Amino acid sequence: MQNRLEKAIALAGAAHTPAAGVAPSGWAVLLRRMGRFWRSAMSNRGARVGMVLVTVLVLVAFFAPWIAPYPPDEMGAGMSLLTPEMAYPFGTDEFGRDIFSRVIWGARLTIQVGVIAVGISLTVGTLTGLVAGYAGGWTERILMRLVDVVFSFTETLIALAAVAVLGPSLSNAMIAVGIAAIPFYARVAYSVTLVERNRAYFDAAYVQGAGHLRLIFLHLLPNIIPPLIVVATLGVSSAVLAAAGLSFLGLGAQPPSPEWGAMLSAGRDYFNQAPWIMIYPGVAIMITVLAFNLLGDGIREALDPRQTV
Amino acid sequence: MSATKSIEAPNDEPATRPAPVLEVRDLCTEFRTKAGVGRAVDGVSFTLHEGEILAIVGESGSGKSVTSLSIMGLIPDPPGRIAGGSVTYGGRDLTRLDEKALQKLRGNEIAMIFQEPMTSLNPVLSIGRQMTEGIRQHTGMSEAEARKHAVEMMRRVSIPAPEKRLGEYPHQFSGGMLQRIMIAIAMSCSPRVLIADEPTTALDVTIQAQILELMRDLRATTGASIMLITHDMGVVAEMADRVVVMYAGRKVEEGRVEDIFARPRHPYTRGLLAALPVLGTAGEVGGTQLNEIPGVVPALTDLPNGCRFSDRCALSTDKCLAEDPPFADRVGAHSAACWHSDRLAPTMEATS
Repeated sequence: MQNRLEKAIALAGAAHTPAAGVAPSGWAVLLRRMGRFWRSAMSNRGARVGMVLVTVLVLVAFFAPWIAPYPPDEMGAGMSLLTPEMAYPFGTDEFGRDIFSRVIWGARLTIQVGVIAVGISLTVGTLTGLVAGYAGGWTERILMRLVDVVFSFTETLIALAAVAVLGPSLSNAMIAVGIAAIPFYARVAYSVTLVERNRAYFDAAYVQGAGHLRLIFLHLLPNIIPPLIVVATLGVSSAVLAAAGLSFLGLGAQPPSPEWGAMLSAGRDYFNQAPWIMIYPGVAIMITVLAFNLLGDGIREALDPRQTV
Repeated sequence: MSATKSIEAPNDEPATRPAPVLEVRDLCTEFRTKAGVGRAVDGVSFTLHEGEILAIVGESGSGKSVTSLSIMGLIPDPPGRIAGGSVTYGGRDLTRLDEKALQKLRGNEIAMIFQEPMTSLNPVLSIGRQMTEGIRQHTGMSEAEARKHAVEMMRRVSIPAPEKRLGEYPHQFSGGMLQRIMIAIAMSCSPRVLIADEPTTALDVTIQAQILELMRDLRATTGASIMLITHDMGVVAEMADRVVVMYAGRKVEEGRVEDIFARPRHPYTRGLLAALPVLGTAGEVGGTQLNEIPGVVPALTDLPNGCRFSDRCALSTDKCLAEDPPFADRVGAHSAACWHSDRLAPTMEATS
């Protein structure tokens, strides 16, 4: 039954092959390849669980105003430090704000952190690795030594330094976390580029007279994307964790903000009387990190050449 | 472009000989390795004439592929570099041209096809996209014109339903079809020189014959000169007008294909010819065994003194071990680099 369904999907996919005479871009093929790879990734149970959790997170973030019973910063929505009950499922904090509403609004910030921080490191890292691997010679040496220098500091230290320079705010924390993760993406992009530029199609394009830009962006870039997707997916969880950590230290999101790390930090003083102030944001962080890790692992397995024949 | 036409055949060559298109003079290409500097190509010279098929023959490691890569500027630097010599095309030395000027020549006037058609096309780009890329760049045609031209080229290399196949991707084609596409791409800007680096090695025998025939047809219709790199003497016999035999980075023999086959003047060439299987004899009672040349090509960082072939040669004497034989260049004729050319028995028939 399932088999037949898959066949039907495959046939539907085949029907989508571009009409004669229309040359789809490399990105269209990339999307189609990703579709195939997606099905393979979703055959992993962990990845399915991760995908469901990530989907829930995104939906919650998107529909936050409709789901949350109270505005996130409405003080006195209830009595202060109320234990969880029907009206306040996660209890209230010292200002009587509804923790449930705050956690839900916090999902928005978390998604933002994931997208922006990973976006920064993915873009800069990929370009760095791609250019270094393509150019070789001095360009390669200088770029990759720079990457090594950044790599040799722990991520938190770089993020701390960046926030110290930029000033504490959530957007600066995102930038800091993004900068700190650049070396990972650069390394991966660099190593895949070295492999791809030794393939025959690269030489063939070169002897056809293709210039630098065409070789880099048309021929190499689409071919190095798949492993970077894995790194990026796993990268979301570490970015979320790092940003929450910075907020907890008071270097990221500032108090009224319902950012999960900041909520943890604010709830510390009341941990003995009202542990729920810390428990629920903490659980939210944990589930988010777990979700992206499961998803990333599933994708990695789907891309592993020893598993997919 | 007009410069190429102004080049005249050297005076000492017969007047009937067509004009040279590509001249390689004393080409040296080195690779730095941990074991030392290896000269993969060491002072090789030859001329490719208008409309001819020149075969460069040799075992793996003889330097034939490095020669073609040097001409195209495909030597990875580091570890490799062109250490000397010149490659003259259209009055200009390709080894000294800047990247911009080379880009205009590559794929436009000098095209190349590779050994592995399956991997020579980018897996994520459609055939149409990859065919029109070069056409648009070199001719300035619009997208639509380039597609029309690509369809025309696909028709010329006998690919059925070209309009439809233009939208397909490399994995949807067979190896033979892909090599046709590669040839179509290479020929799409009407190059004057086509360098084919073992174009049929990865293909099975029937497809091989088709591809060779296709290349011969294209030569006849476009007048392009073809430089054919191969280790297969059978392919040489079928295709080439002239032959350059390479061994351990040197040119050891050069001549017209009939002369090379009938009267090889270098023991190495002789060995290559003897290694050709003779149909219907091997394995039979009283049939000949498959011949081989004993030993392997020496490492480039550890070449023997004297003649480089001396350690594998049956005719080797003390003189061969002591002195490197010069290439006895008799212009336009059949010549070799061997002290004992005259001692070689003349015909292949005598050996089989």
